[in-house]
Amino acid sequence: MAAGEPGQLTPRPARVLGRRRETPESATIALEPDGEPWMPGQFNMLYVCGVGEVAISISGDPGRPDRLLHTVRSVGMVSAALCRLRRGEHAGVRGPFGSTWPVAEARGRDVLVVAGGVGLAPLRPVVYELSRHRGDYGRVTLLYGARSPRDLLFRRELERWRRRIDVLVTVDRAAPGWTGDVGVVGSLLPRAALDPSNAVAMVCGPEVMMRFVLADLQRLGLPEAATWISMERNMHCAVGLCGHCQLGPAFVCRDGPVFRADAVGWMLGMKEV
Amino acid sequence: MLTVAEAVAGCRVFDGLPLRYLELTAGCAHFTRFDAGVAIFLEGGDADRFFVLREGRVTLEVFSPERGRIVVQTLGPGDALGWSWLFPPYRWHLDAMAREPVAAIAFDGACLRGKCDVDHELGYELLGRFGDLMLQRLQATRLQLLDVYAHGSR
Repeated sequence: MAAGEPGQLTPRPARVLGRRRETPESATIALEPDGEPWMPGQFNMLYVCGVGEVAISISGDPGRPDRLLHTVRSVGMVSAALCRLRRGEHAGVRGPFGSTWPVAEARGRDVLVVAGGVGLAPLRPVVYELSRHRGDYGRVTLLYGARSPRDLLFRRELERWRRRIDVLVTVDRAAPGWTGDVGVVGSLLPRAALDPSNAVAMVCGPEVMMRFVLADLQRLGLPEAATWISMERNMHCAVGLCGHCQLGPAFVCRDGPVFRADAVGWMLGMKEV
Repeated sequence: MLTVAEAVAGCRVFDGLPLRYLELTAGCAHFTRFDAGVAIFLEGGDADRFFVLREGRVTLEVFSPERGRIVVQTLGPGDALGWSWLFPPYRWHLDAMAREPVAAIAFDGACLRGKCDVDHELGYELLGRFGDLMLQRLQATRLQLLDVYAHGSR
């Protein structure tokens, strides 16, 4: 949905089809879709009546148009209210808005997907697409880092994805019984099989984590022009009018949230933006 | 079949090392293996070697009487394991446990230090490489300490 279209500031009611607890702090909400097409990387503004509105990336499968999924971490009043929604209740939806991951541009190349924490949610549609059209891509690797084993999203799917793509998972802090890797997600990069001269990276997570990963990718020889990141700012209007999500010369809602790293990477370490 | 010298030349930590130094380094190296569950080295032990992993994963661990074994980092194929061989008193600071069957190149620390004493250029090259490795691990540790996933919606 582009800025200026009628109705883009008016939420449409969407019935809750179900809610799935992902971690102690996050849940995936399934909404009844209203036919608005969307692409991996885009977000909707989700509205809870009487509470407020928040921007949430679409986390579902583009090949499953029968349900519209958003994975929400409960960190504020609106997101907490979203995580409490029950089947049959309604949420308001505006969108989809924003730019998309370069899934089509990545065809014929190695693809590296790097996710941190709940940053896996906006990348899940990409993983679905890459898995569905596996033969169209070179080597595909998902690197996923989380705070601890209990904070890992989509655990069963991570196992399923291993049949189609390489999946490496690490946590910052291990727990008893954890047999996976321990360390930051960037430490997995040397184990990713990719040709830096013909690869695309898509990165999503906390901004500090993305800064570190961008530096690690450059060490590997992957140029910023082949790296995309998803930015997060305080999005209110979602159509580039209110200015709350301004990032230097860009509005994250209108020009992002997915940016090529050479467009915004230089701003990541700047305290002024 | 890959020779030790060829394997050493393929190690990430030795990227760009001149051939004569690769040969000197390979002269202190041999292939080794560890079964899953075996301690490759233990905290306080003689740090007389380091390794470059070729297969399998290794955990670096600290033992706490209150919490038992705490894994602080996992290393995998291509990673270098151990830098205490470079610095007195040459004692390991952590336990290194083979989580899976591990294949590695083992380097004799005393042998390499001896060659560095004779040829300071080699010493400079190796210290630069291990300094870079330590910088990367320090940065990674800082990122872990920041606990970046604890707050915010991501």
